Amino acid sequence: MTDATLSFEEAMDKYDPVLGFEVHVELNTKTKMFSCAPNVFGDEPNTNVNEVDLGMPGVLPVVNKTAIESSIKIGLALNCKIAEKCRFARKNYFYPDTPKNFQTSQYDEPIAYDGYLDIELSDGTVFRVEIERAHMEEDAGKLTHMGGATGRIQGADYSLVDYNRSGVPLVEIVTKPIEGAGSRAPELAKAYVAAVREIVKNLGVSDAKMERGNVRCDANVSLRPHGRERFGIRSETKNVNSLRAVEHAVRYEIQRHAAVLDSGEPVIQETRHWHEDTRTTTSGRAKSDADDYRYFPEPDLVPITASREWVEELRATLPEPPAARRKRLQADWGYSDLEFRDVVNAGVMDEIEETIAAGATATVARKWWMGEIVGRAKNADVDPGQLGVAPATIVELNKMVEDGKINNKMASEVLDGVLAGEGTPAEIVEKRGLAVVSDDAPLLEAIDAALAAQPDVADKIRGGKVQAIGAIVGGVMKATRGQADAGRVRELILQRLGVEG
Amino acid sequence: MTENNELIRLSAAALAEKLAAREITAVEVTQAYLDRIAAVDGKVHAFLHVNADEALAVAAEVDAIRAAGGAAAEELHVLAGVPIAVKDLIVTIGQPTTAGSKILEGWHSPYDATVVERLRAAKMPILGKTNLDEFAMGSSTEHSAYGPTHNPWDLERIPGGSGGGSAAAVAAFEAPLALGTDTGGSIRQPGAVTGTVGVKPTYGGVSRYGAIAMASSLDQIGPVSRTVLDSALLHQVIGGHDPRDSTSLPDPLEDLVAAARTGNVKGMKIGIIKELHGEGYQAGVENRFNESLELLKGAGAEIVEVSCPNFKYALGAYYLIMPSEASSNLAKFDGVRYGLRVLPKDGPMTIERVMGATRAAGFGDEVKRRIILGTYALSAGYYDAYYGSAQKVRTLIQRDFDAAFEKADVLISPTAPTTAFKLGEKLNDPLAMYLNDVATIPANMAGVPGLSLPGGLADEDGLPVGIQLLAPARQDARLYRVGAVLESLLEAQWGGPLLDKAPSLTDSAVSSHGGSH
Repeated sequence: MTDATLSFEEAMDKYDPVLGFEVHVELNTKTKMFSCAPNVFGDEPNTNVNEVDLGMPGVLPVVNKTAIESSIKIGLALNCKIAEKCRFARKNYFYPDTPKNFQTSQYDEPIAYDGYLDIELSDGTVFRVEIERAHMEEDAGKLTHMGGATGRIQGADYSLVDYNRSGVPLVEIVTKPIEGAGSRAPELAKAYVAAVREIVKNLGVSDAKMERGNVRCDANVSLRPHGRERFGIRSETKNVNSLRAVEHAVRYEIQRHAAVLDSGEPVIQETRHWHEDTRTTTSGRAKSDADDYRYFPEPDLVPITASREWVEELRATLPEPPAARRKRLQADWGYSDLEFRDVVNAGVMDEIEETIAAGATATVARKWWMGEIVGRAKNADVDPGQLGVAPATIVELNKMVEDGKINNKMASEVLDGVLAGEGTPAEIVEKRGLAVVSDDAPLLEAIDAALAAQPDVADKIRGGKVQAIGAIVGGVMKATRGQADAGRVRELILQRLGVEG
Repeated sequence: MTENNELIRLSAAALAEKLAAREITAVEVTQAYLDRIAAVDGKVHAFLHVNADEALAVAAEVDAIRAAGGAAAEELHVLAGVPIAVKDLIVTIGQPTTAGSKILEGWHSPYDATVVERLRAAKMPILGKTNLDEFAMGSSTEHSAYGPTHNPWDLERIPGGSGGGSAAAVAAFEAPLALGTDTGGSIRQPGAVTGTVGVKPTYGGVSRYGAIAMASSLDQIGPVSRTVLDSALLHQVIGGHDPRDSTSLPDPLEDLVAAARTGNVKGMKIGIIKELHGEGYQAGVENRFNESLELLKGAGAEIVEVSCPNFKYALGAYYLIMPSEASSNLAKFDGVRYGLRVLPKDGPMTIERVMGATRAAGFGDEVKRRIILGTYALSAGYYDAYYGSAQKVRTLIQRDFDAAFEKADVLISPTAPTTAFKLGEKLNDPLAMYLNDVATIPANMAGVPGLSLPGGLADEDGLPVGIQLLAPARQDARLYRVGAVLESLLEAQWGGPLLDKAPSLTDSAVSSHGGSH
């Protein structure tokens, strides 16, 4: 069943959106939050586990100190206060992805609280998002429901559980309600998650790959009529796992809420599932504030104390903030304000930085990402970074062009080949027979034929009208099916006709 | 057989000396205990599992090292070759661990508890796993899913609980030493009613890693033995910091054995806790308690009275905190990963219903009672009134102890208000059962150490009475210093250990139906 929606414009005319985000960041510590099992993505199921991760009888948790450090760093980067003393609690609920049937999580004593993040929108407007808290918790295992049509637990024949992810350290960053974004709400949503991702990546505390679930966003949306102070009833869209999806999901939920409110029905407080294929959400679990998790302080752990000296030591190790970093990168790369903003808005700043680090010039990197890759990503409906272009590929392609092995048009074709999984650029050039013809003999043959075919043009050139050469070059290129180096062809024509270029 | 009977009556300290002097072998000792288990455990039912092969193999290894001599023999732990029994709440590789529950029937742990690792490092042969109230919930060992343990002093009576198996094993000379766990008195109260010694160390003094948790903030592993010195020796093996237990104290362990060997109470102030004797305490218990006070006074101690007015709230607060933590700790037993799995008989086969059916079939009534109590106490809207208030009481109890220890070096009380009651007597009255722990619970609530030692036999029933000593946190050595003195004064009066007065269990009985379980 498809929910009714209003157009975004109409929704905005009638209602004022209020947003809220819970962003889960998986930390890239060597070991898990409470055990010494390795924290590694993608291994054989149930291999990166020990008795603690499996919730065997008798086991006890031990807090990972690096995870605490990472959490404090995130808190500091989000301009939060850091608690001098805080505790973990147990969140009790029965579900087979949680081996102890409780999740060890911070509850009323987060390690970081009361912060903010200034978000720059595409036109340069700065919007301040208030951070309520950033707290530590452990990830659950991964359930795969088999046999059902929906991939959900309802209707499944059986479910497989992988505890490799169980106990992976998480920091959950919770915003205060975000008011006043108006029609910029979807854009702000994307920019906020992008900013958080950039911060944790920059800090080196997370691999920050959204496609791997390193950064996961739950987006809360509610609407209220313009001028009303009280918030409307919110929905929480879970697992929105790309920047584009965050933007789309917020936009969709605004449109859906508006239609519900317009029909005179109340919005149901519930979780919603995001579907990338249809760009819609469907109803999940009804969620009320009365869900009773029977939180109580985790008695197997002692309180965490963060001395002011330690916090200041960590503060001193923080890398430059993203805004300062952007300023520096723009200066280093020599991009104009407009060029740089386009790069940021296209979400390829990190990719360009990596490409430059791999050996490309700033101009070349921008040309490839903005000129070739962003457009392809848009067509494929993915974030540019997720398209699968490695910086080394760009460097290799560019070198082939500079060496005159292929021309720009061919390079673009080779890139398509790389993305289609046909192999490395060199392999594709070979397979597709794309090398520029660099042996002069066949070129001279083609040139002589072209000159013979257009004797009047040849005369004009001889007579000094060098600009007429285009017609001959065109003829040669046609004859060589575009595989000739046009510059070299031009040189050879002039040589043939004894004219100075 | 006579020779073996002498072996099993030796203290662990005496066994250790004879083993070191190579007067006896570890295999002889271990075999003697296995024979005794075979002979009497059919009546006592202290053991849930007997680990004969492994125990004999470890004993043989110790004997081989001693026979070879040299550095390896020199480096042997003082208790190497001295056998021990382990409460079946503590996980062991190579033996089942049931926690006294059907829900873990047949489960083998893939890892050893830290204390078990330390026993293995000391090369102490592990005789087997001892019976307990299911998940250590009870004061009589009648709540074991595998049948009750019987008190060696009177087989019709309870051996205390939850660690009735460990206490009875030691009292019946089926083991010289045992490990127990104490959440509200589960080491000390069984010690009291079986005429044995039991120690609950300072919270954090012994690693809890591998002890199946009932109430994490109260649980503590400790020694069970027949003498104060033996408990000190075992405490020294299992104690000390463990990085796998975050609540484990970083302090280096005090020399507890030296404290037990050089017992001295001269000039010490020993505080009687006004609230923990008198009304509600059996007359025979009260008499033996007063006798002990006189002996200590005679040895040069000053007896003072202290008041701990908030102790009267301890039992009530304990029965909120313990079930709250237990309700969460026992959530993991759901049939998904290990242990019993029961499928619902009819209706849809959902994960919730499998978990429900498993827990309904796998847990006994007392466990369910506490899970329900704890779930309720932690519920939204009740948390502050119940769990929150109970935590405040806990702080008040700690303050009472702080004030009391300003006036006294150690505190003293009867360990339990009565001697062993009859099996079945309080089964239908949980509250009466809970009252048994009234004197032992405050130590758990405050995290302070406590020791129970035999104080003699009650006049009215001839059953053992326990005397409890309490010391400030991290001052466990004081317990051994005072306990050793009181023990020697009492034994001088009795003309030998109290257990010499216990029935032999083999004299009159048909000793043929012993065996392991």
